[in-house]
Amino acid sequence: MIEIKNLSKKFDQFTAVDDLSFNVAEGEVLGFLGPNGAGKSTTMKVITGFLAPTSGSVTVDGHNIAQSPIDAKRLIGYLPEGAPSYADMTTSEFLNFIGKVRGFSGQELQQRVAHVIKEVELESVAQQTIETLSKGFKRRVGLAQAIIHDPKVLILDEPTDGLDPNQKHHVRELIKNLARDKIVIISTHILEEVTAVCTRAIIISSGRIVADGTPAELESKSRYHQAVRVSLSEQYDLQADLSGVPGVAGVEAEADQQLSFTILADGSEPIFARVSELAQSKHWPIEEFHVQRGQLEDVFRHVTAKEAMRDE
Amino acid sequence: MSSLGIIFKRELFSYFATPLAYIFIVIFLITNGIFTFDLGGFYARGQADLLPFFSFHPWLYLFMVPAIAMTLWADERKTGTIELLLTLPVRLSEAVLGKFLAAWVLTGIALLLTFPIWITVNYLGDPDNGVIFAAYLGSWFMAGSFLAIGSCMSACTKNSVIAFILTVAICFLFVIMGSPILLNAFPAWVPQIVVDAFSALGFLTHFDAIAKGVLDIRDLLFFTVFIGAWLLASAIVIEMKKAN
Repeated sequence: MIEIKNLSKKFDQFTAVDDLSFNVAEGEVLGFLGPNGAGKSTTMKVITGFLAPTSGSVTVDGHNIAQSPIDAKRLIGYLPEGAPSYADMTTSEFLNFIGKVRGFSGQELQQRVAHVIKEVELESVAQQTIETLSKGFKRRVGLAQAIIHDPKVLILDEPTDGLDPNQKHHVRELIKNLARDKIVIISTHILEEVTAVCTRAIIISSGRIVADGTPAELESKSRYHQAVRVSLSEQYDLQADLSGVPGVAGVEAEADQQLSFTILADGSEPIFARVSELAQSKHWPIEEFHVQRGQLEDVFRHVTAKEAMRDE
Repeated sequence: MSSLGIIFKRELFSYFATPLAYIFIVIFLITNGIFTFDLGGFYARGQADLLPFFSFHPWLYLFMVPAIAMTLWADERKTGTIELLLTLPVRLSEAVLGKFLAAWVLTGIALLLTFPIWITVNYLGDPDNGVIFAAYLGSWFMAGSFLAIGSCMSACTKNSVIAFILTVAICFLFVIMGSPILLNAFPAWVPQIVVDAFSALGFLTHFDAIAKGVLDIRDLLFFTVFIGAWLLASAIVIEMKKAN
């Protein structure tokens, strides 16, 4: 369990993290979202004990990171932003070094290094110096060092940044497999990642939490939640049929596609059945018809823009 | 093995994984040779000691040691590995000390490889080997002092060239602090105690005594305390600067 209480971090006059409080329990994969400069990385640096908080506290499994940093750091595996590693070492030397610092030696060390090399598929580059590796491999080396001690808490700052779609998929699968009995915190600005791996998402903006919930809960805050999207084969006045229908908030034409419309729900009740009935009785020239889940991107833009406006 | 030992080993191996250590050692040996035999008049003096060899060391270290020290922390910050290192379960003191010791051992290795000159002087005459041993020890401690300054300067900046220049400047100050030219330049109204304090901080004051064979424990203590103080300053600077 990670407990974050009233955490603030100030740099001179600038407040990067502003009175943040939340808990993360075992088995949760927390997606940490926010625009660039929102304070995601700073929060992670404070949780991992790299930076000292200006005020507030971080407790990892009962160990306060400021008071007993060594005990807390033992429980944490951390992939810093940009996956830094010692470029003049080979992959295997580097992982051996991290393993030793993590307190392993002899046969156990060898086993652990071999295991993570297999887990993140680094076999082909194990004897290569890290500076000669591609961005994707470097990121995986960073991931390997973070999981070598099978940590209870895994903190990953943009783990899939710079990876190709196959590698992204692979890393996400890896995180999902690892997550079962762990606490995982991932920062990202790729929203599809949240739906793909996270059980919970926190959106922060200007160092404050602006949304916190499961991806589905956040999606339900979208104005497109429950909306029905229709594509027509010819021009038809949907607006006329739909005005006055209970639960329908309005009709929006898609900007980039002709004859495609989104019928927005006002949130009071599901409108799918009603709209579908209407479409049949009025013989709409329909080509495509489906319900939208709500867009995380829309929620993200909405809550972070609101926060930015408040600051101005 | 302790974290200190693991960090020390990694750092030392990384010097030898790149050409850096070899270039350092070779250049150190060549310049040492030139200084001793050409400029120092090793043969012409006709004396069986290594005074010409050791008396150039402060000036040799002035440029060679900052070259090793400049990357100690500047590179860690530039590449972001400092974040990796300091979120591992290690104390900052272990990291500072481990890195310093690795660089210090490298200078020690370079110094040890000058042993042919020790053999030469024994072959040619009958030197006081106790004096030579003391001078080697003093020289190594002085190199450590240069390195400790370099460690702190390297922690001040992400740019290793700036770290190099700052280190050379500060080391130069400490080298000349004890030199008679500077001490004579003090106006007469300056109290003697100030002049003495100034002189006491100079490297030459302590090293010259050791090089001449007067191995006073206070001179070694000076270098030890000096190294400790600058390493402490390194840790404080790292703590302050690591955020940016």
